[in-house]
Amino acid sequence: MLDKPQLESLPLAADSQARVGVSDQYAPQIVRPSRLSWPWVVTIAYLSIMLLIPMAAMITKSMTVEPAEFWRIATEPVALSAYDVTFVTSFLAAAVNGVMGTLVAWVLVRYEFPGRKIIDAVVDLPFALPTAVAGLVLATVYSQQGWIGQLFAPFGIQMAFSRMGVFIAMVFISFPFVVRTLQPVLQEQEQEIEEAAWSLGASPLQTFVRVILPPLVPPILTGVALGFSRAVGEYGSVILIASNVPFNDLIAPVLVFQRLEQYNFEGATVVGTVLLIASLVLLLLINALQRWGRRYAN
Amino acid sequence: MPTNGINVENRATQNWGKPLLIGIALIYMAAILLVPAIAVFYEAFHRGFGPFLEAVGHREFQNAIRLTLITAAITVPLNLVFGLCAAWVIARNQFRGRTLLVSIIDLPFSISPVVVGLMLVLLYGRIGWLGPFLQSINFRVIFSLPGIVIATVIVSLPFVAREVIPVLEDMGPEQEEAARTLGAQDWQIFWRVILPHIRWGLLYGLLLTNARAMGEFGAVAVVSGNLAGRTQTLPIFVEHAYKNYQTQAAFGAAAILALLAVVTLILKEILERRTQHKRSSAH
Repeated sequence: MLDKPQLESLPLAADSQARVGVSDQYAPQIVRPSRLSWPWVVTIAYLSIMLLIPMAAMITKSMTVEPAEFWRIATEPVALSAYDVTFVTSFLAAAVNGVMGTLVAWVLVRYEFPGRKIIDAVVDLPFALPTAVAGLVLATVYSQQGWIGQLFAPFGIQMAFSRMGVFIAMVFISFPFVVRTLQPVLQEQEQEIEEAAWSLGASPLQTFVRVILPPLVPPILTGVALGFSRAVGEYGSVILIASNVPFNDLIAPVLVFQRLEQYNFEGATVVGTVLLIASLVLLLLINALQRWGRRYAN
Repeated sequence: MPTNGINVENRATQNWGKPLLIGIALIYMAAILLVPAIAVFYEAFHRGFGPFLEAVGHREFQNAIRLTLITAAITVPLNLVFGLCAAWVIARNQFRGRTLLVSIIDLPFSISPVVVGLMLVLLYGRIGWLGPFLQSINFRVIFSLPGIVIATVIVSLPFVAREVIPVLEDMGPEQEEAARTLGAQDWQIFWRVILPHIRWGLLYGLLLTNARAMGEFGAVAVVSGNLAGRTQTLPIFVEHAYKNYQTQAAFGAAAILALLAVVTLILKEILERRTQHKRSSAH
């Protein structure tokens, strides 16, 4: 009786090892609670303590506000102006990076030139550089006397400490997303298809618009949405490069922060809840875009 | 149209197209990334090392460095354990709500850091759910170290899990099952089978966790209360010094954080070569 399971398990083990490397599709196994318990416990407990309970605290707090009062605070002129600055500027920054990120990804994948590897590594700088440092140095470089700001000053364009400054900070922090979502797709694209299009008489423009571009649309849109989502929530770099004046360049996260500093918890919670809902909607959108991209790839 | 003509035309387009596109890409990246990166070090060191060392010598500055290191030293191991558990749960099990679980883990990337801080104030603060209880046992979370650590844990929570999940999925469960049928214990399977396989992905996740933990500003700014020398991390110190017109001190701290970013990027590049894949949608 004792020998029997062993005899059964040996060929099974050999079979499992033989399959390794052959199949990259793994078959998900059925949950066996007795065996798997403690990673599950850690995962669920940790997520509850760190994320779900704090979120619940905020949602219940926002529900203690009367719906009419909630609506009044959420649509105050100062809040509306903050949403305008936040969402419009984030969208512009994400859109600019949609175009420029596509160009950079193209250059990095398709062309060989000296320093390409370094440039490729530098793309991730906004992920690695703390946002406070980014805000500090962008404010310095783009100020009236700064290295880049002084190029614009003679034309009467004020870059830092204005809505333009908010835009620059958002462009900085949302830059890597499109490049990094697009690069793997571009790398896998077969150049033979372009050659086929050319030899069939398509012009370079036709080849680009009809052959190269369509499969790149889902990853570009995913990158734009990720960058937009990041820019909407950004605080650190913006607070240093903007003047944070209401109705001018005040963004919604800064408004939340200022209200907390004034112990206006209700006002902070309402605007915070609006931002939370916006980020949840964006998360759903990004998931949908990624699913679309995967279907395209298959 | 003769094929030759098209090829010549294409080659001509390629000839001016390539340098033009590279030029535009480089100018754009110079304006938003390279010039600012160089400016950090220029501003910190252009008067020599003297002013930099003087700024670094200040007590507030040293306290900020210490608090940043302590915060990272607590945050990274916590998120390491969670990340490994969560990655294993997701990669090795098929269950209802799996996609939802992945989305929940990704949440901190979507939520504004300020909103993360606000949630903690509304949970642990004076008016929060746990406020009266914490006050009764005289334990402070907001405006002190625990709050800073919790805020940092939340914003850097997804990295390890996100990097380890694809590696574990690639690996498949066969080797673990083989080890188990040969009589290995759970911890032996983890150390001898799983860990050697996922180590580069895991290190990559830890690197990103650490970079975010040391650099987080928004969430920490909300919960820290900004008491100079007591609850200032290095990024908070940068902003505080800048606002108080201590530009030299601000850039001294900024240069240290920028150096951390450069080291992070170099290690990232090395790890990417080890794992042989470019990141997609990394944060």
